[in-house]
Amino acid sequence: MPVEAPQARVANFNEVALGFDVENALVECERCLVCPEPACVAGCPVGIDIPGFICKIIDKDYRGAYDIISEANLLPAICGRVCPQEDQCEGVCPVGDTLEPVAVGRLERWVGDRAIEEGWHKRPYIEPNGFRVGIIGSGPAGVACAADLAKAGCAVTVYEALHEPGGVLRYGIPDFRLPNQVVDEEIGNLIDLGIDIRCNTLVGRLFTIEQMLDEMGFDAVFIGTGAGSPKFMDIPGETLNGVLSANELLTRCNLMVAGRFPEYDTPLHLGRRVAVIGSGNTAMDALRVTRRLGAEKVHCVYRRTEAESPARLEELHHAQEEGIEFHWLTAPVEILDDGDGNVRAMRCLRMELGEPDESGRRRPVPIEGSEFEFETDMVVYAIGTNANPILGQTSKLKLNKWGYIETDEDLATSMAGVYAGGDIVTGAATVILAMGAGRRAARSIKEYLGIRDSDIVYQPERSGHEGALFGIDGAERNFVRVRSA
Amino acid sequence: MTSQSTKTATGRGREPPKWRMGPASGAGFPIVDREDFSDATFRLEIDHPVMAKAAQPGQFVIIVTHDHGERIPLTIADYDRVKGTVTLVVQAVGKSTREMQQLCRPGTALYSMVGPMGQPSRIGEAKKVICVGGGLGVAPIFPQARAFKERGAYVISVVGFRNRDLIFWEDKFRECCDELIICTDDGSAGIKGLVTKGIAQAIEQHPDIDEVVAVGPPIMMKACAEATRPHGIKTVVSLNPIMVDGTGMCGGCRVKIGGRIMFACVDGPDFDGHDVDFDDLMNRLRRFKEEEQLALERWTETCRRLDMEPHTTTQDSGRS
Repeated sequence: MPVEAPQARVANFNEVALGFDVENALVECERCLVCPEPACVAGCPVGIDIPGFICKIIDKDYRGAYDIISEANLLPAICGRVCPQEDQCEGVCPVGDTLEPVAVGRLERWVGDRAIEEGWHKRPYIEPNGFRVGIIGSGPAGVACAADLAKAGCAVTVYEALHEPGGVLRYGIPDFRLPNQVVDEEIGNLIDLGIDIRCNTLVGRLFTIEQMLDEMGFDAVFIGTGAGSPKFMDIPGETLNGVLSANELLTRCNLMVAGRFPEYDTPLHLGRRVAVIGSGNTAMDALRVTRRLGAEKVHCVYRRTEAESPARLEELHHAQEEGIEFHWLTAPVEILDDGDGNVRAMRCLRMELGEPDESGRRRPVPIEGSEFEFETDMVVYAIGTNANPILGQTSKLKLNKWGYIETDEDLATSMAGVYAGGDIVTGAATVILAMGAGRRAARSIKEYLGIRDSDIVYQPERSGHEGALFGIDGAERNFVRVRSA
Repeated sequence: MTSQSTKTATGRGREPPKWRMGPASGAGFPIVDREDFSDATFRLEIDHPVMAKAAQPGQFVIIVTHDHGERIPLTIADYDRVKGTVTLVVQAVGKSTREMQQLCRPGTALYSMVGPMGQPSRIGEAKKVICVGGGLGVAPIFPQARAFKERGAYVISVVGFRNRDLIFWEDKFRECCDELIICTDDGSAGIKGLVTKGIAQAIEQHPDIDEVVAVGPPIMMKACAEATRPHGIKTVVSLNPIMVDGTGMCGGCRVKIGGRIMFACVDGPDFDGHDVDFDDLMNRLRRFKEEEQLALERWTETCRRLDMEPHTTTQDSGRS
């Protein structure tokens, strides 16, 4: 084992024995004979399965080695340092008859140190199955899929384009509905499951899905990039300053903390009289955020009635309680300029409900001659989203006519090993539906990779310490392989 | 530099994140080299091997200097696939870029850098092209000029600066161009006048120009598009509107192209210059004028205060 030089060590209180590194440990483990009736286990006062943990190290399943040791001894880093191994396990090691005995104490210490470094005692142990899965997008669909696959033993890497993970949970849903600390905590739990989250990574542009499968060694890929490309209405005046999408408003406020400008660098330029177009959950968030930031008047403009509003009833009530004014049966037809490139007002039409349309809701029909001006200096579009185009632009994935990714009922895309779920498949929906899709895709990926969907991961037992004879496992010995006459 | 220099203000009161900031291991994006071209313009070389491998001419990145920072889109000025670095040229004009000028030194790291974003420039079949760069646009036009040259085109570059002291990369351009026309506002180097004068000169000498590519301030790109319109020469411009995420998610970067609304981040940033509504773009760039002014004043004031008490901050404070 490496030690610090005496000249250096007399000047400090650092540990003298520096401990093994991975290479030392692996070389040392190879010296173990894995005796069928190990003397070392009998020599150990607490009976640690020494050949067992050494075999796990050889398998490079270090966490597995820690689990075997900690079954018998929860203080491996301490005992590995202070036990008199020469009188115990190492003293009876048959290798020691002719050579140095296997350095069991140092190996135990190495595993113990590693456990401290990695914080293993806090994490559930999952036996790795050797498969690598890449997840694109750290929103609800991506993290749900990642969690299920990680629990099954896959090595999971999640790529996120923004500089913080969480997707819509981070940039979209405001703190008063879902605090960012909660997102941090839950994502921290995923990282504790062993999931590797990498931000600032725009898949499609930095590397493609094809590269993930062909060059980066992923066995399967899940796409959960969300819909997220905001819709506008294509009416005059939409590029005036003061017109923005709910996505932009919420991203500026939630992810970039524009509400605390100039302490935070990202500005918002809040209007005095805000008009949010649309009446879904995103619209409610936009209304309530601008209200909290201090807009004098906040209006909701919707072309149908309260009964057709797609927002959750609770959200709608909260918004009403907070003093937001609702203008039902109202549709903007033009956004008007103040002469300096900013919004001054909207020209709107009054609507009435006609026959039901294909969605089953009664279609709003404009009332002729009902045009009026609606004074506002900030117009927020919350009328839905389109598919994000980046993965379509950069891969051969088959898309449907609206640009969403086409999948079969198992959420498999047109590329083998590539699955997709959430808004990028269905169009804008809810967090929980996206999570459901992520879990469904995880199940399909497990099937594709041939992993059984259960808590038990079947792996051939390493033949060795439990009394293998002639290369036949102990468990197998009861079967009649060679019958002697 | 401001309240960010204290630990409590930097982290929004939370522990350092457990996730990784980039596609590779390690925290942040190390700056390996810096060169100051003038008192406002500087070049940063950032270590990012994966991006250096993926980057194409015309693409851009979004960077954040510290965890209170804003997302700043910058066109990629160069990339070195062997060294694994990406080069950005920054002009210190507003609060964030001036802060970068002060903080971004070799040995420090950017808090965030994502890209390459946007569709790569189409380096088509053109046999004779003019690559026009004005001011800050000089840097991003370089990879395009080089790409055209590598494709075998005859490349004429027209680069414009205010005066001779601001000129940079003349050697790099001479290396990859068949002709280089330098224009300065005051005539202290090359021809006196705007880049449009250089374009006119090039068109006069070469009646068979297939394509013009122009990168620079919107007013310059507009003038370039107007200069080529009568000749019917295809003119490509690279737009850099205000944006947040750069992935097509916020819609802040929408631009009017031939009467249709496009998102510069995913549909561009290159567009046909003859179709771009530049007046609309210039109006949209004024969107946060008041806030930009306020942030800059506040920052200048803080710097002045800190200069009086030089021990209250260190050079790379404000970044964690």
